[in-house]
Amino acid sequence: MTRTRRPPRVLLLSWLALLALLATTVTIAYIPLGVANTVIAIIIAAVKGAIVAAIFMELRERNPLTVTFAGAGFFWLGIMLWLALADYVTRPNFPPVMKWGL
Amino acid sequence: MHKMPDAQPAFQFVDMRQQHDVARLGMWVFLATEVLFFGGLILSYSAYRTGYPTGFAEAARHTKIVIGTANTAILLTSSFLVAWAVTVARLRDSRFAALLLWTAALLGVVFLVLKGVEYSAEFNEHLLPGFGFAFSGPHIHAAHLFFSFYLVATGLHAVHVAVGIVVLVVIGLRAHQRAYSDLYHSPITVAGLYWHFVDLVWIFLFALIYLPGRGG
Repeated sequence: MTRTRRPPRVLLLSWLALLALLATTVTIAYIPLGVANTVIAIIIAAVKGAIVAAIFMELRERNPLTVTFAGAGFFWLGIMLWLALADYVTRPNFPPVMKWGL
Repeated sequence: MHKMPDAQPAFQFVDMRQQHDVARLGMWVFLATEVLFFGGLILSYSAYRTGYPTGFAEAARHTKIVIGTANTAILLTSSFLVAWAVTVARLRDSRFAALLLWTAALLGVVFLVLKGVEYSAEFNEHLLPGFGFAFSGPHIHAAHLFFSFYLVATGLHAVHVAVGIVVLVVIGLRAHQRAYSDLYHSPITVAGLYWHFVDLVWIFLFALIYLPGRGG
């Protein structure tokens, strides 16, 4: 029976990369960059998510059926965000003016 | 030489490989529904954040970023341990796989404890909608929306973490009983997928809840 009690290199490197990205995103959040702060935070989150999905969730094995089903969830999420936000961000009176305490 | 008996597939499957592929695919179907479940919350957040950019930034500054960052590191680490456990179980090092799974579950418990500390601090600062919410300044309406999202999204996420902890403990027990091998490891793989997804959701919640409004 083989006993490998060191983590696979790719898992170890992914974990270290995730922690490094976490440190990076928190550091950058404190630098005033305006809208770029949000864009960078989302991009770093997407990169972290991609590492988790590809390495930890083994999508990099590229099993066609699994990738299709995983991709479908995010594809429909993309459609939902795209269509709904296309509505909200182009409304002339959004958000409506509201008074607190009604 | 000691050799474990090879596992047999359930009757409807041709072989263990097909059975494993079906189990994994089933979990991905469930996770796709979960993507849209949390996606709806993130959509409403995005719509109102574009509507109240200043108010959301002001509200987000009141979140506990030290706890949030620590909790992110904790979940990332537990995810790493579970991914490691899956590879170890396939090598039939069952006891060690169980140890890794239980450590990951323990990190999940630490996550929930820290979340409780955070909720309690926010309760005392009147930041939790429905529990005497108060917010000074002109952005109370936006802050109320932000913290409503915060409470619902992190609350639902915490429920997922709690379920995941139970799953990891049970799968750890099964691993300890040498239930898994290179031929039969669907339960540990599928449980791992669920735990990684909970981690994935948190990565995005962290970026949306804790990071806005820090730069000035």
